[in-house]
Amino acid sequence: MTFVVAVTIDWAIPRFMPGDPVERLLSRMQAQPGASEALRGYYTEAFGFDVPIWQQYLNFWAALFHGDLGLSIAYFPTPVSELILSALPYTLALLVPAILLSFWAGNKVGALAARRKVLDNTVLPASYVLTATPQMWLGIVLAWLFASTLTIFPVSGAYGLALQPEWSLEFARSFLHHWILPFSALFLVAFGGWAIGMRNMIIYELEADYSNYLASLGAPTKLVRKYAYRNALLPQITGLALALGAVVAGAIVVEIVFSYPGLGTLTLNAIQNRDYFLIQGIFLFLITGVLIANFVIDIAYVFIDPRTRVGMQGGP
Amino acid sequence: MAVSDHERADAAAPDRIATLDIAAPAVPSAARPRSGRSESAYFALRNWKFDLGLGVVLVCLLGALVGPLLTDHAPLAFTGPTDQPPSSEYWFGTTSFGQDVFAQFVYGLRSAFVVGIVGGGIAWLLGAVVGFTAGYRGGWVDDVLNMLTNVVLVIPTLALLIIVAAYLDVHSYATEAILIGLTSWPWAARAVRAQTFSLKTREFVDVARLSGRGARQIIATELAPNMSSYLLMMFILLFGGAILIGASLDFLGLGPAESISLGLMMNNAFLSSALILGTWWWFVPPGVGIIAIVGGLYVMNVGLDEVFNPKLRER
Amino acid sequence: MLRVIGLSVYYQSLRGDVKAVDGATFEIADGEIMGLAGESGCGKSTLGKSLVRMDARMRFVEGSVELDGQELPIWDDARMNAFRFKEVSIIPQYALSALNPTRKIGTLAEELLASRDVHLDRVLPELKRRLDLVGLGESVLERFPIELSGGMKQRVVMVLSSLLDPSLLIADEVTSALDVSTQRAVSELLVEFRDRGFVKSMIVITHDLSVLYQIADTILVMYAGKLAEKAPADTIVDAPAHPYTRMLLSSLPEVGVRFAEKRLSGIPGRPPSLLEPPLGCRFRARCPLAFERCAEEPPFAEVAPVHAAACWKAAA
Repeated sequence: MTFVVAVTIDWAIPRFMPGDPVERLLSRMQAQPGASEALRGYYTEAFGFDVPIWQQYLNFWAALFHGDLGLSIAYFPTPVSELILSALPYTLALLVPAILLSFWAGNKVGALAARRKVLDNTVLPASYVLTATPQMWLGIVLAWLFASTLTIFPVSGAYGLALQPEWSLEFARSFLHHWILPFSALFLVAFGGWAIGMRNMIIYELEADYSNYLASLGAPTKLVRKYAYRNALLPQITGLALALGAVVAGAIVVEIVFSYPGLGTLTLNAIQNRDYFLIQGIFLFLITGVLIANFVIDIAYVFIDPRTRVGMQGGP
Repeated sequence: MAVSDHERADAAAPDRIATLDIAAPAVPSAARPRSGRSESAYFALRNWKFDLGLGVVLVCLLGALVGPLLTDHAPLAFTGPTDQPPSSEYWFGTTSFGQDVFAQFVYGLRSAFVVGIVGGGIAWLLGAVVGFTAGYRGGWVDDVLNMLTNVVLVIPTLALLIIVAAYLDVHSYATEAILIGLTSWPWAARAVRAQTFSLKTREFVDVARLSGRGARQIIATELAPNMSSYLLMMFILLFGGAILIGASLDFLGLGPAESISLGLMMNNAFLSSALILGTWWWFVPPGVGIIAIVGGLYVMNVGLDEVFNPKLRER
Repeated sequence: MLRVIGLSVYYQSLRGDVKAVDGATFEIADGEIMGLAGESGCGKSTLGKSLVRMDARMRFVEGSVELDGQELPIWDDARMNAFRFKEVSIIPQYALSALNPTRKIGTLAEELLASRDVHLDRVLPELKRRLDLVGLGESVLERFPIELSGGMKQRVVMVLSSLLDPSLLIADEVTSALDVSTQRAVSELLVEFRDRGFVKSMIVITHDLSVLYQIADTILVMYAGKLAEKAPADTIVDAPAHPYTRMLLSSLPEVGVRFAEKRLSGIPGRPPSLLEPPLGCRFRARCPLAFERCAEEPPFAEVAPVHAAACWKAAA
């Protein structure tokens, strides 16, 4: 459903914005004279203006099912889908570890900090600063400190200039070396958010009736906290689904800071070159990714929360 | 497929008020007697977290309002020597183009507040209207609104804004703020909806309904006042969130190009290789400004949460 | 055998201490079920809870509690842990939400017992027997709380709380959340628990005098943080000595009929604020029999054998 809406938005925005999209695109592009005629022909055909509007819509879907997202302008005539697929591994290499590790570490630290004065008064303020930090700024500052000034890490790229992507130890080392700073920028900001979320959720859980009952029966703090942690984790998992969009946004800007050859840098190139087919393609791709991730989280949730599991078996 | 995704979470887990991973005020917080309001204000002022957050935000606001009066330089004018470190003439130094960083910074604070208040405000209004309507009406109205909410919720805000801003020339921060407001309301709507569901079965709402008052009136006079603390905290979170999203948009060069913002400062500094030149005074202030405003708002929110939920207070 | 002497427990509020239990002195014999009654806010629940576990806002002021000749360190949360569950236990007011929602009943029991150094195998046959006794059957051990009805959860908590045969069991408003027929079954089970020796003595806290009349051996009436009257149940009903007890009874349509808490507003006036309670008898302002001497606080003294009351008129 969301996917249908997303595709429709993607289809509708260029068509229903004021003005003729083709003229609009051409006037904004600083293309060489000559090239613009070829582009006009391509655009008109790609938008398919010569058929009724419902037919345009269906054609759009049909093309989509063939994996046809159009051709890139900036990298003419490379198909958009090809560009996206070659950038994707880099984005995933940043996003997946950043999401999973920050979720894990943030929850652990947040749970430790709750109701423990010294930790709470150190971890919590630090987490608030982190979660209020724009990822690109943290990226810039990390690059300035550790790459420009201390030269411990490289400033940009995903691997050494002399290397080609391959399965070799040398490449892997270079990759890791380039990966650490952008990963840290994403990880730290997300970490702050999870730590705060868990710290506050677990305080609610520690005040819950079942926690008080356990304590009334003399259960040690360890057991009470263990139960509270597990129950506080459930809303955090729901939160993970909600936070995906924000993390993806973070990855886009952080990649740009480090010229990391993923979807973010591709987005910037697309914006700068007014490469609308590429922008639309990335948009669709991101949404598909977020939807798939949501689906995975939903399934994971069912396994973790016994109450939904019971519901699925038909209950008592 | 994703429409009903979050139904289950609503039912099984305590409701969360955050996408920005900020803490959730628990359900009981909403239902407090109205007479406690002045008392709440009193305790709010005595909560150090609230005071600290409010103080930081007010200092930033003061900088945004008064700051431009303290400098003779227009933010975008090429007024002086290039790449100067902070000095008595240029408090925050100058850019590679010879612009005054301090002037840019204080005008950037202004844009941040505009984007935060307008964007956060619109999202807040939309979230409240959709949430109240869905929660109070129930039935098919709820189904439709809930579907809409879930669709917008899953679409990554920044990705949507990128494509919209790419086609639509954004000429002012107000336009940018409106775009942000139109896309960041869903979690607020869900939070209000859940709260409304739990409140509408209460006795005082029944009484109001029996006395023949309309839905709009009941929402305005019975439900909203009883959720005032919740609504206030929601606004603060949306405010901060809008500033962060706006900064990302500006950093991508999708904001208004003719004026200045904190995100655009970072963009300029980055594109001019400030981090390789080591002109830190150019890119450090905008980030610190954003952290101060947004962090201040979030800390204020924790303070408020503790005021409204005594259980959260420190022991 | 429980002996409470001069116990005062205050509630810390933002406006100051709420003197919820003020100088309570009473005894409960082995085998005795004592009902603890009074309007809401009279301190009965605070008194009950303080004997097991003080919540964060409760503060021990003075007094001593002795159970079976052993001093209970109720002011020391850590030391009390040794006594909880094994010597004193509680069926909390919130029994319906007392079970951790994400653990099966059996797992919860096992982990809770293990945390108190009791191996489940040792008590499992007894646990199953008792579940049978309350009409649940051992299959509930494989269920999650969400799969149980309110009455079932209530009975699970009853069995769990009394599993280690504590000397004293505190049942806090166990019937108020249930419908009338379940109420009756649950209160009869409490008597059964005592008769079978699962617990030596019991405090049943309720605002519902009719429940107490059916199951309690003795009834203790509290008013505004003070003990008002204690006597065998029959005496309380047939020959109450304290004017408050009499008004409480007369606000019942007839004994045996349940009354809602609201009905107590039938007594003119309201209980005094416990922030700064009035000197002298706290019931003075509402009492039809009040005279000059009531400005002086009446002692909680025997007016007849096994019948104590705090009233100048009763003593006379």
